[in-house]
Amino acid sequence: MNEQFTLITGRTPEQGQGLHEGKDSEAYRRATALVEMNPEDMAHLGIEEGQVVRVRTVTGQVEVPVCAGTLPPGLLFIPMGPAANVLIGTETESTGMPPFKGLAAEVEPT
Amino acid sequence: MSPRMSAIRVIENVVCSFCGCLCDDIVVEVDDGRITRVRKVCANGRGLFTHYDPAPRRPTVDGREVAWEEAVAEAAQILDRADSPLIYGLSSTATEAQRKAVALADKLGAMIDTTSSVCHGPTSLAMQAVGEPTCTLGEVRNRADLLLFWGCNPAVSHIRHFARYSVTPKGTLTPKGRRDRTVVVVDVRPTASTRAADLFLQVQPGADFEVLATLRALLQGAEIEAETVGGVPTAQLQDLVERMRTCRFGVAFMGMGLTQSRGRDLNVSELFTLVAELNQYARFCVIPMRGHGNVAGADQVLTWQSGYPFAVSFARGYPRYGPGEFSTVDVLARGEADAALILASDPVAHFPSAAARQLEHIPTIVLDPMPTLTAQVARVVFPTACYGVDAAGTAYRMDGVPIRLRPVLPPARPTDVDVLERIIEAVTVGN
Amino acid sequence: MLGILNGQVYDPLNGVDGEKRDIWIRDGRIVAPEEVECKGAEIVDATGLVVMPGGVDIHSHVVGAKVNAGRKFRPEDHRDHARARTSFSRSGSGYTVPTTHLTGYLYTEMGYTTVMEAATAPLVARHTHEELEDTPILDMGAFITMGNNHFIMNCIRDGQPGKARDYVAWLLGATKGYAIKIVNPGGVENWKWGRNVGELDDEVIGFGVTPRQIITTLAWVNDALGLPHVPHIHGINLGQSGNARTTVETIEALEGRRAHFCHLQFLSYGGEPGKLPRSGAAGVARAVNEHPNVTVDVGQVVFGEATTMTSDGPLQYRLHQLTGHKWLNDDVEGETGGGVVPVLYKRQNLFNAMQWITGLELFLLVDDPWRVFLTTDHPNAGPFVHYPHVIQLLMDRDYRAEALEGIPPRARKGALLAELDREYSLYEIAIITRAGTARALGLKNKGHLGAGADADVTIYTPLDDREEMFARPRYVLKDGEIVVHDGQLVRERPGRTLYVAPPYDPGIEADLRAHFEACYTISFDNYPVAAEYLPRGEMIPCG
Repeated sequence: MNEQFTLITGRTPEQGQGLHEGKDSEAYRRATALVEMNPEDMAHLGIEEGQVVRVRTVTGQVEVPVCAGTLPPGLLFIPMGPAANVLIGTETESTGMPPFKGLAAEVEPT
Repeated sequence: MSPRMSAIRVIENVVCSFCGCLCDDIVVEVDDGRITRVRKVCANGRGLFTHYDPAPRRPTVDGREVAWEEAVAEAAQILDRADSPLIYGLSSTATEAQRKAVALADKLGAMIDTTSSVCHGPTSLAMQAVGEPTCTLGEVRNRADLLLFWGCNPAVSHIRHFARYSVTPKGTLTPKGRRDRTVVVVDVRPTASTRAADLFLQVQPGADFEVLATLRALLQGAEIEAETVGGVPTAQLQDLVERMRTCRFGVAFMGMGLTQSRGRDLNVSELFTLVAELNQYARFCVIPMRGHGNVAGADQVLTWQSGYPFAVSFARGYPRYGPGEFSTVDVLARGEADAALILASDPVAHFPSAAARQLEHIPTIVLDPMPTLTAQVARVVFPTACYGVDAAGTAYRMDGVPIRLRPVLPPARPTDVDVLERIIEAVTVGN
Repeated sequence: MLGILNGQVYDPLNGVDGEKRDIWIRDGRIVAPEEVECKGAEIVDATGLVVMPGGVDIHSHVVGAKVNAGRKFRPEDHRDHARARTSFSRSGSGYTVPTTHLTGYLYTEMGYTTVMEAATAPLVARHTHEELEDTPILDMGAFITMGNNHFIMNCIRDGQPGKARDYVAWLLGATKGYAIKIVNPGGVENWKWGRNVGELDDEVIGFGVTPRQIITTLAWVNDALGLPHVPHIHGINLGQSGNARTTVETIEALEGRRAHFCHLQFLSYGGEPGKLPRSGAAGVARAVNEHPNVTVDVGQVVFGEATTMTSDGPLQYRLHQLTGHKWLNDDVEGETGGGVVPVLYKRQNLFNAMQWITGLELFLLVDDPWRVFLTTDHPNAGPFVHYPHVIQLLMDRDYRAEALEGIPPRARKGALLAELDREYSLYEIAIITRAGTARALGLKNKGHLGAGADADVTIYTPLDDREEMFARPRYVLKDGEIVVHDGQLVRERPGRTLYVAPPYDPGIEADLRAHFEACYTISFDNYPVAAEYLPRGEMIPCG
C-alpha cells in the first residue's frame, strides 16, 4: 500500500533538548527517529501508535515508529535529524537550500 | 550547616546566544568555577550553559590527542594541499572569529558559506530582489498592534520571543500587553504557536506563494472568484487584509515554512513585497526569525568583508557570489570540495545524508566547543572555548542589534580566534 | 626620520600657498625644521610636485548597520567591481557600497587619510566599531544620530535641557562617537506613524516637541559640552521642491549658534511643492554667506549609479515610491530609523540635471571656502571615488561649461551656473578637502602640515587634467609611512578611531535605567560600547 503523502521536517522541543544532551544520546535518537501522522490517515492504513513504518522519498527510506499528531490529512512530520536527513535530497534549485519541507513521500507498514 | 568557603557569584544581564533572540537578561550563578544555576533562560538556551563542559581538552588528529601546535600544522597542511577548500558554518561563534574565518578563506582562495544556506539564505535572496522593510524588536514591543507569524513556530524555536518581544510584553504604546495586540499565525498544521494566536490560517503545504499573491491582490482591491486559495477561505484572507490595512504598526515574522518549502526565496519575496505595499496604508515591517546562534552576525561579517552574505568563493582571488554554486550542500553533493574546515556548526547532523557523507571522504577540520557528529568524522578536531560562557565576543540579534557576550567562567581553552589566527599564519598558500 | 623635500606646499591652516617647503617627519608626526637630524633620513624628492595634507572627508556613509544592509542588498553593485587580494591586502568588492577593506584602500589611493562616518544609530554603534576595525589605514570617527531620540525629546518636553546635556555626554561616551548628528528632526519619529514633518514648528507625534526645539536644544548642548565638532544637520524636507525655504529658516533658527549643514544640495531647491524643483542655491548660499556660524558640505551629484542611504525614513520611502526601486527600511527603537534605495542619476533626467546644477552653484556662490566642503554624501549623490572629477569641475570653468552643455536645454535654461565663471585654486581645493574640514571637525592634528600634526601627507603630480591629478597621487603617507606610490597601495596598516567622552553628571543613571526599562529591549548594562572595540581609539578632548 503506497499512499502519497507530503513530508515536512522541522524542530520540536524534544529534538532541541536532545541536541544539548548530545547527538549520540538516547534522548536525541528517540526525539528524532519518529514520524507524526494524522490519526485518520493512520486508521486508513491500519497503522497503530508506536508501530514501525517505512517512509520513502525519491532520495531514501527510513523505518521509524509512528506517533499520532495534530496534522491535516496527507501530511507527515519528521523532526530534523538523522532520520529526516536520509529522506531529504540535495537538489537546491540554485538557492543553496535543500528541500527540507514539502517532499513527496510514501508510507507503508513494515 | 558549615559556612561556605567560596562565595557564589551571581552574574546578571548575561547574554544567551543559542538563537536569534539573544536574550541579555539571563542570571547565572557560578560556584567554584562551575555554573550551578541559570535563571530566566528558556529550555533551548539552558543547554548552552549547562551542557558545556569547559574543562580543557586537547585537539585530536585522526582521533589521537596531540599538542595544539601539531594540530595547527596538520590543519594548515590539509588546507595548503587542497585545490578547492571549503569553510562552512560560522554560526555558533562570535563575530571576532567569523572575521578570522573570512580572512582565512581570502588567503586560501577558498569557498566560504554559512548556515544561512540551509536556513535564511532564501531570505537574503528575497531581500536582494525586492528589499526588506524592517525594524528592531523594541519597535515591535512598543508599537505593534498586529503580529503575523508566517511559517515559523517561535513557541518551539525562539521560546522567549512571545514573552520578551512580541505577543505579551507591555510597551509604551501597548500598555495592556496581549490585549493590545492581534496575533495571526499562518502554518500548514497546528503547533504550539498557533495555539497562541487569535487567528490561525492553515495553508496547504507548498501554497504559501499563492496565498501571499492573493493577499497582495486583495490589498490592491482585486476581486477573487475562488472560494479558497491554498486551502484558506478567501473570506478569511479578505479579513486579514482588512486588519493589516487598518492596523497602527504591523510586524510579520517569517521562518523555515517559507524558506524551506517549494518556492523558497520566491515565497519570501512575495511576503516582503506585501509588507512593502502595506506601507501605503499602515506602517508594516518584517523580521526574519534568525535561528542558529550568531548566524545573523555571520551574515553581517561575510557581507562587510566580501560584499555577499553566504555562498562565496575566493578561488579567483576576489569574492564571487554563487548561491547554488558555492553553497555547501551543492558543493558537497557535487564533490567539489577536497577539504573542509567546519566552524561552530554540525553539518553531519543537519545536512541531507548525501551531502553530509562527503565530509567523511575529504579531510575535514572542526572547531567547536561541543563534541559534534561532524567532529566524529573529522581528521583534525579543535575543542575551543564557548563564546558567552568562557570567552568574550560579539553576537548579533535577529534584528541586527549587536551585543557583547561576556564570559561567566574563567578562560580555560583557546578560542576559535586563537586557533584561526594560528592557522592563517601557518598556511603558506597565498603568502 | 623622513623628509619630503622641495615640494610645492599647500597648507592653508598655516597660510602656506604653494611655497617651496621641506616637510620633516619623525615618529608619525610633522616636526619643526629646527628639530631635524637629516642623517639617515629617508628622503622623498618632491621637486615639481604638489604637497598637501592628507584629505579629510567630513561626511561619508561607509561603515555600520545601514551601510552593510546596503551592501547585502546590492550584489549587483559588487559583481563588476571586485579587487583581488595581494600578499599584504585583502580582496573586496563594490562600487557605491564597497566592502570595508576596499573602502580603506580606495580612499587612501585617492589621497584621503581621515574619513567621518556620517550616521550611526546608537543602539547599533557596536556594529560601526566592528566595521571600523576592518577598515584599514584611515583614521575615522562616527556621528551619532540624536534628532529623533526619545530621551532627548522627553527632556525638551519637560523643559530640562541640562538633563539633555548630560544624556548626550553619556551617549557619546557609551557609543564612542565623535559628534551629534541630527537627521530630519522629528520626521523620522513621525514616520513610525506613517507621517513626517514639513515645518520647523510641526509637532512630533507623541512628544509635543518641534524640529526647531530639537535643533536649538542640541545646538545649545553642543556648545555646553564644548564638543570639537558642531551639530551636524540633515535638515527637514530633504529632496522636496521648495525646501530652500525651510533650509534658510533652519539656518536662522540657530540664532548664531554654530552648526554644520550636510549635503546641502539636496536641501536647496526652489520651485513649488509637488512640482519639478529648480535650483534654490542662490538663496541658500546667501543665507550661508550671511551666517558665519554655519559650515556646509555640498553633496554634489555625480551622474551614474548611486545608493541612497540615510536615517531619513520617510524620505527613503518616498524615493521607493518615486523610483519603484527595491527598498530597505529600518526603524530603530527609541532612537531613529532610515532606509536604503538604489538610484541612477541620469544627465538627461530634468530633476537629476537640476540637482547637479544646484550643487555646483552652491560651491560657486558660497564665498568662503572655509565654510563650504566637498562631498558627494557618499553614496547618496555618488561614490566618493569621483571627488577628483568634482574637483576638476570646480577648478576648470571650460571643463564645467562643456559638462553643462551635456545637460538638457530645459534644465540649462536660466540656470545661474552658466554665468558663474569662478575657478577654485589649488589652495582653495586644499581648504575644501582637508584644511577646512579638519578645522570644522575640531581635529587639531589633521588637515595641516605644521609641527605636531599627524604626518598624513598626499603628494600629487601637477597636471592640467585635475581629475587625473587628484585620482592618482604620486605618494600618500599615513603617520609618516608611505602607503601609496603612483596611485597604488603599497602597504596596509590599521587606522585609529577618533571619539569624544565628555563628562556628565552620574546622577543621570537612575533616569537612564528607568528609560531603558520602558523603551528598550537591551539592558542598560549591556548597551555601552566597551574599550575592547577600539584597540586604537584616540579620545579627542572637549572644551
